[in-house]
Amino acid sequence: MKRLKLSSGSIVNIGGSIIAVAIALLLGALVMRLSGADPWAAYKALWNGAFVGRRSISETLIYSAPLILAGLGFAISSRAGLFNIGIEGQLITGGFVAALVGAWDLGLPSVIYVPLALLAGALGGAVWGFFPGFLKARYGAHEVITTIMLNYLAIRLITYLVLRRDDILPVDPTYVATKKVVDAARLPILLDRTRLHAGILIALGAAIVLWWVLFKTRFGFNVRAVGLSQGASAYGGIKWGSTVVIAMVIAGALAGLAGAGESLGLHGRHWSTAPGYGFTAIAVGLVGRNHPIGVIFSGLLFGALNAGGPAMQSAHVSKEIVQLIQGFIILAIAALEVVNRLPSIRSRMARRASAGA
Amino acid sequence: MEGIVKRFPGVVANDGITLLVEPGEIHALLGENGAGKSTLMNILFGLYTPDEGVVAVNDQPVSFSGPRDAVLAGLGMVHQHFMLIPRFTVTENIILGNEGSGLVLDRTAAARRVREISESYGLLIDPEAKVEDLTVGLQQRVEILKALYHGSRILILDEPTALLTPQEIEDLYGILNRLKADGTTIIFITHKLKEVAAVSDKVTVIRRGKTVGERITSETTGQELADLMVGRGVSLTVARTPATPGRTILSAKNLTAQPIHGHKPLSIADLELRAGEILGVCGVEGNGQAELVEVLSGLRPITGGTLAVNEIDCGQRDPNGFREAGLSYIPEDRHHRGLVLDFPLWENVLLGNAQGEPFVRRGLVRGRKTQDVTRQLMADFDVRAPSPETPARALSGGNQQKLIIARELFRNPDVLLAIQPTRGLDVGAIEFVHKELVRVRDEGKAVMLLSYDLDEVMDLSDRIVVMSEYQITGEFVAGEVTRNHLGLLMGGRHSDEATQA
Repeated sequence: MKRLKLSSGSIVNIGGSIIAVAIALLLGALVMRLSGADPWAAYKALWNGAFVGRRSISETLIYSAPLILAGLGFAISSRAGLFNIGIEGQLITGGFVAALVGAWDLGLPSVIYVPLALLAGALGGAVWGFFPGFLKARYGAHEVITTIMLNYLAIRLITYLVLRRDDILPVDPTYVATKKVVDAARLPILLDRTRLHAGILIALGAAIVLWWVLFKTRFGFNVRAVGLSQGASAYGGIKWGSTVVIAMVIAGALAGLAGAGESLGLHGRHWSTAPGYGFTAIAVGLVGRNHPIGVIFSGLLFGALNAGGPAMQSAHVSKEIVQLIQGFIILAIAALEVVNRLPSIRSRMARRASAGA
Repeated sequence: MEGIVKRFPGVVANDGITLLVEPGEIHALLGENGAGKSTLMNILFGLYTPDEGVVAVNDQPVSFSGPRDAVLAGLGMVHQHFMLIPRFTVTENIILGNEGSGLVLDRTAAARRVREISESYGLLIDPEAKVEDLTVGLQQRVEILKALYHGSRILILDEPTALLTPQEIEDLYGILNRLKADGTTIIFITHKLKEVAAVSDKVTVIRRGKTVGERITSETTGQELADLMVGRGVSLTVARTPATPGRTILSAKNLTAQPIHGHKPLSIADLELRAGEILGVCGVEGNGQAELVEVLSGLRPITGGTLAVNEIDCGQRDPNGFREAGLSYIPEDRHHRGLVLDFPLWENVLLGNAQGEPFVRRGLVRGRKTQDVTRQLMADFDVRAPSPETPARALSGGNQQKLIIARELFRNPDVLLAIQPTRGLDVGAIEFVHKELVRVRDEGKAVMLLSYDLDEVMDLSDRIVVMSEYQITGEFVAGEVTRNHLGLLMGGRHSDEATQA
């Protein structure tokens, strides 16, 4: 999975991301053209649906909040050199746990209840991040395998709990979800007559904190050193194992917060159907070059695509075209990376060719 | 090859190189790392197409589209790292890729031919031997044999002595001379002056992608070649006064350690390092040096014996523990051990120095302070880079090594372990590193120099130990032992045998 790790991830690489997005939009336009639609009208509708008017903007921010948080989770695990496909599992675990705490009706005032439920969500995600981190550090189990398995485990476990354990948990089998989160545990609404909840503030705050941790603390230095060079970091006295585990715990906590925001903010309960944000978060991290500030922008971009997608139907374009564009973005990023590395790849191939002589 | 120009994005690797090799001569191609030797040979071998210039073989202009064309034209290449399949026999390796058109391999006929060639040049290779059972020196002969089998009349050897013992190098020279006598043309790529003098008839020196001189070997001097290669006057020998060893700073007794997978366990009976001396550790690569280095840096747990630095027991310490006890390292692999290449210089200075003040306070990195110190270190050690924010990747090997030395000496250690500190460096940077090691010694610190280059060990050390078969097999005061004697020990003979030999 090393190949998937982007070279340095510094904000300087932002040019590559912008080019990738441009390429993806062009390809998307081409597809619309081929299917007989008017791409210009479609993109205009997308823009309007994402940015024009208070409802559009708030929908964009609503979609962006979990993507930014989960993208930050992907970013820190990538910085530590891990390819964390388990964001999805960490996210839904966090969402589920936060919803449980919120639905229990502990009779607490909002100022305590909301942070408590958020914390519970973060903890739930953190536990789900800890396992693959620990298995990697202790036994060398590859995180791609373990996180995929833990994704399934989270989905099945939560489905079981909401369907069968209404005897001990505040769940509602008829809805295949948790019970409703009580008002005292709900995230406050930021803007009247919209669904915009405080999740976006949490996401922005988390991005700034993560930036500070990664670039201003020794721990962040250790994470980045471990991710870039295991050999050099070992020589520098940095313990790879514990660094990797803590990075995964933080990644899980961030993804868990993303899920908690959905439960406590948007839905008011945890639905056992997964939204797939955990996978989009990988793209968010990659486009944001695994830099917390970059992740804010790429999270907003993907949020805008999701929010504006339905509006494209007015231009007779299926809203699924948005998924296609997201796919193109990832392909373009990967392709640009290959082009970047072409000189070194070519020389390696040359060496191999001469070896065969 | 005339007027060869090859550009890569951002660099001109070859900028008008002319290399004229007469039939039947041994022609050395001398240049520092990055001078363009490999690019030139890759062009000759058809791996790259030159942007300008003409390649001609036997006065016929050629344009190879790949190595196969080059082989058909009678060229053969022996790479620095051998391209052999260990589990195959010599013959199988040699016919690999040229098994003939029939369905059945005619192995016997091939083996007969291999034996004939081997005998006619005194290569002493058994065609039926498995490659994995052969020594490095013999494996190299298999590569030469392979080239000859395929009809090569022009043989290119890329840094062929890098992995050989001194005796094996002598044998190689013998083989090359026999090949020459038989009319084979040999291009010998190297950056070592002594090899040029020992084996070549003519030498072409290249620097920064340009041919800077062609000399008849017997009519030139090492000093002239070094100056040509570097582009300025360099001193080839390090001036130094006799050592005045003081107290023992590092001592290891009956040390054993977990083996690296597939290796034998390390076993060091007695190793002492004293203040104010340079202890040279020589040996052929792969005789326990890697394990020794990892043990002494806290990366490999010891399984027995004692290891003390400044009388502090370090047996169970991690790399930070060794640093606290007073050790510093110049690791052998700048790119994978010494530096995080994508980090800026100042973060590389932080590496290994992040335990506390002055760079870290209460868990927070003091960026400004670290950058200031880095700037100072860059000035003191002549690290040429635009700023502390420059990524380490952008620096030349010599400047990277200077930064590592600066970082490691910043802690004011009592012991400096220099592991192949000049590997891959150009002559100018080697000069700097050597002077620095002597300066550190003169400051009363203990220096351990581990190198696979026997000349380097002999030039710099006050005391020399030989490593062979994961043990220390000899210890000498420098100047009281001959190169030949050390060479025999490195090759696995024991001390008394070596004395008789």
